[in-house]
Amino acid sequence: MTSLPEPSAIKLGLVIDLDICVGCQACVVNCKEWNTSGYGAPLSDENAYGANPNGAWLNRVHAFEAGNAEEAKTVHFPKSCLHCEDAPCVTACPTGASFKRAEDGIVLVNEDWCIGCGLCAWSCPYGAREMDPAEGVMKKCTLCVDRIYNDNLKEEDRVPACVRTCPTGARHFGDLGDPESEVSLLVAARSGYDLLPEQNTKPVNKYLPPRPRRKAEDAPMSLVAMAEASTPKGFWKWMDSTLEKLG
Amino acid sequence: MHPAWSIIFFTSASGLGLGLAAWIVLGLIDLSQFWHLIFVAGFTFGLIGAGLLSSTLHLGHPERAWRALSQWRSSWLSREGVLAVLVLAALGGWFLYTYMRGAPPQWVGFALVILITATVYATSMIYASLKTVTCWYHPLTPTCYLMFAASGGLLANLWLVVIAEQSVTAIIQSLAAVLIVLAWLVKFAWWWMLDHKVMDSTLETATGLGSFGKVRSLMPPHTSENYLQKEMGFVIARRHALKLRIISVLLGGLIPLVLIIFASSSPLLLGLALLCHLTGVFVERWLFFAEAKHVVSLYYGDQH
Repeated sequence: MTSLPEPSAIKLGLVIDLDICVGCQACVVNCKEWNTSGYGAPLSDENAYGANPNGAWLNRVHAFEAGNAEEAKTVHFPKSCLHCEDAPCVTACPTGASFKRAEDGIVLVNEDWCIGCGLCAWSCPYGAREMDPAEGVMKKCTLCVDRIYNDNLKEEDRVPACVRTCPTGARHFGDLGDPESEVSLLVAARSGYDLLPEQNTKPVNKYLPPRPRRKAEDAPMSLVAMAEASTPKGFWKWMDSTLEKLG
Repeated sequence: MHPAWSIIFFTSASGLGLGLAAWIVLGLIDLSQFWHLIFVAGFTFGLIGAGLLSSTLHLGHPERAWRALSQWRSSWLSREGVLAVLVLAALGGWFLYTYMRGAPPQWVGFALVILITATVYATSMIYASLKTVTCWYHPLTPTCYLMFAASGGLLANLWLVVIAEQSVTAIIQSLAAVLIVLAWLVKFAWWWMLDHKVMDSTLETATGLGSFGKVRSLMPPHTSENYLQKEMGFVIARRHALKLRIISVLLGGLIPLVLIIFASSSPLLLGLALLCHLTGVFVERWLFFAEAKHVVSLYYGDQH
């Protein structure tokens, strides 16, 4: 059924901290690795070692520059499916292959039903869906549904592959429907926000803004100021006065 | 948006076929002779059918296309599929009844016209329902589709009437000319809207980084073009848009108009008018896709 379910109490999703992400692409690679080898058709590539490689990836890291001149910030910007509450990709699907789970809000594609028309990718404002070039079916982030409920994995591995692998801790996974969950508290504390709110998709995933840059004069330690303020003692005091006497 | 040939052909050919069918079931051509009936039915079904078949060509799994009939509650693509199947069946029934018992009662024709209108409307809503493509997301989009189906359909009907050596009334001839003019006036309004409508979304709202100032794309997330850029980042048309618009108006509007007014009794020249119209609408449809800009292109640094 591609009609959207009633909003679920549990809303699983990601919180991405743009203050921390360094753009190392580890999440991108681990996402590809996990999702090419588990369920369904592999995430294929075409011409992978040629001049113009092309392939389906579920998580991509952009880099943006915000602001001007000295104030400009480089922001590494991971982007994957935001598991929207009002997911336009789900209602657009003509076959029922694209659906949103009533129990936890994860948006998935049934690859056996997908006809590869691409309308869901057209209706997604975030570019979260990519057609598999070999299989001709739509691929998207599953929030690693085959990890997070997987009893065969150790408890610390029952999170999406991108979250598990992030070396800087820029990605958090949890229930954004529970206002007391760690991720919800983080969003509240750091003023987490929606991407493209004007598209009215009500994304579950939230982004935490980069912290404002400190101004040079507010820095806790300036080496020049420290050097000028300090008065030498002992050997350095003797050397300082001796050299001074030499003129 | 990437202008896929299969979709352009689908929307223009089946649009024309459905428009033609609407005028036929309103009784604008006399089908009492067997060969007239066969030819007209074949031509109409040929256009609609070729368009629908073509639309399955761009699918990754055409063999599963039947599944697309299931989600009519939420999906315009599914609604279009269901309505198209209903129209083909009803139209088949209409031609069969006409063959066996002569022209069906008028109310049947009116009911079929409503069904046909709904089908063309559903085709256009596949695109007009996409909030991600600002210029499509407008009531003028279905209006354009409906007007081109109606005007092209009447032109095709006129041509069939002439080759069947039936008489063309001045009213129908004028109506065909008026509809073509109206269709292009709607299209001009749509183009004006395309050129002036500002996207709500910006790279600042797309990234949420607007509070730091202007946002620019510094590095794409991959080294070569991906699916998103191929599907949604088409830019060639924007460079040649004006020339192509002129070509489409000349072929789809001006030439057919002149031929309808001055050569409405010549099957050859009316055939030419129909061919020009179809080609003009084809170019118009190509532009409809190629000029449309998708929100996701913002993430790839498209600021135009």
